Amino acid sequence: MAENNPYPGENNTGHFWDDNLRELTNPPPRWWMIAFWASVAWWVLYAILYPMWPALPGHNVDGKEFTPGILGWTSIKEYKKGVEQVEAVRAQYDKQIAGMTAEQIIQDPGLLQYTLASSKVLFGDHCAACHGSGGQGNPGYPVLADDDWLYGGTLAKITESITNGRKGAMTAHVNILSDAEIDQLANFVAGMSQGGKGSEADWALFNAKGCVACHGPKATGVIAELPNGEIVTVGAANLTDSIWRFRPGGYESAKHTITYGVNQPGVAQTRNAVMPSFAQQGKLEGRLTPEQIKMLTVYVHELGGGK
Amino acid sequence: MRRARASFEPERTGSAIVVDQMSESFPASGGARHADMDEIYAEAEHWHVNTGNETIHAKRIPGRWRTIKWLAASVWLIFFLGPYLRWDGRQAVLFDIPNRQYHLFGATVLPQDFWMLSLLLLFFAILLAVATALAGRVYCGYFCFQTVWTDVFTLIEEKLEGNPAQRRRLDAAPFSLKKLRTKAIKHLSWALIGFITGFSFVAWFYGADKLWRDFFVGDANVAVYAAVALFTVGTYVLAGWMREQVCFWLCPYARIQGVMLDRTTVVPTYDEGRGEPRGRMKKGETEANRTTGDCVDCSQCVAVCPTGVDIRQGQQEGCITCGLCIDACNAVMDKVGRPRGLIRYASLDEMEGKHAPPMFARPRVWVYIAILVIALSGIIYGLSSLTAIDLKVLHERAPLYVQLSDGSFQNKYTVKLLNKTNEDLDIAISVEADVPVTVTRLEDSIPAKHGEVTPGILFVKIRRQDLSGESVPLTFVATAQLPNGSEIKASRESAFFGPTQ
Repeated sequence: MAENNPYPGENNTGHFWDDNLRELTNPPPRWWMIAFWASVAWWVLYAILYPMWPALPGHNVDGKEFTPGILGWTSIKEYKKGVEQVEAVRAQYDKQIAGMTAEQIIQDPGLLQYTLASSKVLFGDHCAACHGSGGQGNPGYPVLADDDWLYGGTLAKITESITNGRKGAMTAHVNILSDAEIDQLANFVAGMSQGGKGSEADWALFNAKGCVACHGPKATGVIAELPNGEIVTVGAANLTDSIWRFRPGGYESAKHTITYGVNQPGVAQTRNAVMPSFAQQGKLEGRLTPEQIKMLTVYVHELGGGK
Repeated sequence: MRRARASFEPERTGSAIVVDQMSESFPASGGARHADMDEIYAEAEHWHVNTGNETIHAKRIPGRWRTIKWLAASVWLIFFLGPYLRWDGRQAVLFDIPNRQYHLFGATVLPQDFWMLSLLLLFFAILLAVATALAGRVYCGYFCFQTVWTDVFTLIEEKLEGNPAQRRRLDAAPFSLKKLRTKAIKHLSWALIGFITGFSFVAWFYGADKLWRDFFVGDANVAVYAAVALFTVGTYVLAGWMREQVCFWLCPYARIQGVMLDRTTVVPTYDEGRGEPRGRMKKGETEANRTTGDCVDCSQCVAVCPTGVDIRQGQQEGCITCGLCIDACNAVMDKVGRPRGLIRYASLDEMEGKHAPPMFARPRVWVYIAILVIALSGIIYGLSSLTAIDLKVLHERAPLYVQLSDGSFQNKYTVKLLNKTNEDLDIAISVEADVPVTVTRLEDSIPAKHGEVTPGILFVKIRRQDLSGESVPLTFVATAQLPNGSEIKASRESAFFGPTQ
């Protein structure tokens, strides 16, 4: 090839294409070479400072399978440092919250914001599976965002519910009441949810068959109101409002509940209404500390229906 | 580069031959004008086209374009002095990155207003395009920091080391204390300018007064020192050592701008028809009987070129259209008594005698101007309509609505209040609708710290009988009083949702 070189004396490699397209042997610009060697130097420096090389088999350094580098940097250390920073910020709030009641937290706009924001995670982990991500409820599980509470919607009652759990109970009336009586009561309840007041006969049946014992004299689920404003309830539903404990609501739902009851062992079609206790018990993991319960109480209370 | 070098080879050998002829060309009796030319020709052998393998020592001559170049470059003084401008007791323009606040005189721009930045970028991108289409790489030639800083650096070099010939001699001279001292002063001055550049740059972001307080006692943060160091080294290397090589090899704009030229773009152009065949002035040759064109082949255009190109070869990648060759050529034309403008700002069409429509008769110009005007009015609109508070309303989706025990429906909203003023405010929120609404869990006012987003939760309740459709439009209004008593407002449309009817 070289003997046919049409450009003798030029620094070319002797490789030609298309007559005059050819490869020359000019050196790269000096700045380019400087940049190149600087990159190499950088690489060496990096290898010394940072973890880079896998350790030889059997020559683990500090139990690690790579050379740690003299700075001792690892991504997990950096991550932990970041977490520490976040926790340091949170600690100030958590410390304040530890010494406060739920009522006091709600009075403090800043702490309330912090509680609502950080409890969203707790709510998602422990509550949302049944009650929905925004407390919107699910079929069979109560809505937490409305103002209808089976066991009371005050902060104290909400804390109690989360701490101890709740288990509803209603007798299955399939063998106690006649079909006609069940029908009459179901119509009575469905009517009241639409604003009806019920006939005297309805109220007489309601009182006679013992419904009043749990649902209260006004069928509001309240057995008695104490002079201090607190209410006595066993968790029976308010039959006079528009909200249904068991969806979809209306005559059929009422009839089903009256017939088969709630949480009745041995009754195949009974309603299930159980909430477990979320307080820390013994060494059981995954349950909530009193602080967490306090924060969740505030969160649930602020979902829209707290009293 | 490789191609350019190959094509320049014959040029160089050619001029070497001419140099030999030149040595006997002008006796002293040739007159004052020709004596000048002798000097120029004697110098000409030093000038050859830049091939990247040696330092360009461009000659400095005064002229119209030189003056314009300095005027354009002086705009960069704003870069150095701007941070010391005060407004309302603080730095007038401060890009406060840690606090995410950008102060532009009276206005404070927060990240939420950053849509304006895209318009600003559009504006400058199009401005670059329109400038290039009209006058080629005029940005490179007059305003680019690489050009301006290099210009200043070489000016210092000239003051310290003398004219290009003296500089070349000094470079080739053996080591001596005098050389060391001259070079050391030069490099120190360059580094100092680099440092001032970095310091001034950081002042825009850190605050000039704070920077002066913190920097020299070691109180500034690592980012500040790193930025200043980077700029110092960067300026020193790029403007001191690399110079025109940056334009040739590093700068993407050079290439982008290069392809945006067309036949109507006005750039420094050598009038080939008038100049060729070029030839040196010879003894006994008069203007009447000369066989050569107007170009006297003095290489002055190459001599003054900061990137070391020969404009007579036409528009090329190395040409930053700074117009210095025009100054040089005009000076020579004046000396030899030929008309000016052998090299001049002209378009290719104009040079070839084609019809060149005036600038404002070209549709391209109008399209560019239209885009510029749109972008600029967007920015002006944005800046003038910066609200003091920004209200956002997020409707809770899960649940979309809740039925309450009295049969009414309730929706939950999270309001986010951004307080853009410089004061902490108490902001009251009200809800307006065509039907009666009850707003609950709403404090009298939400305390909103300045420059921060404060969230708040509120509930809106509508009775069943008032709910005519599936949704009701709502208007949330945030109201606050400034300390001076004036009221500021912000509003936001949202909607109330109920069950499907």
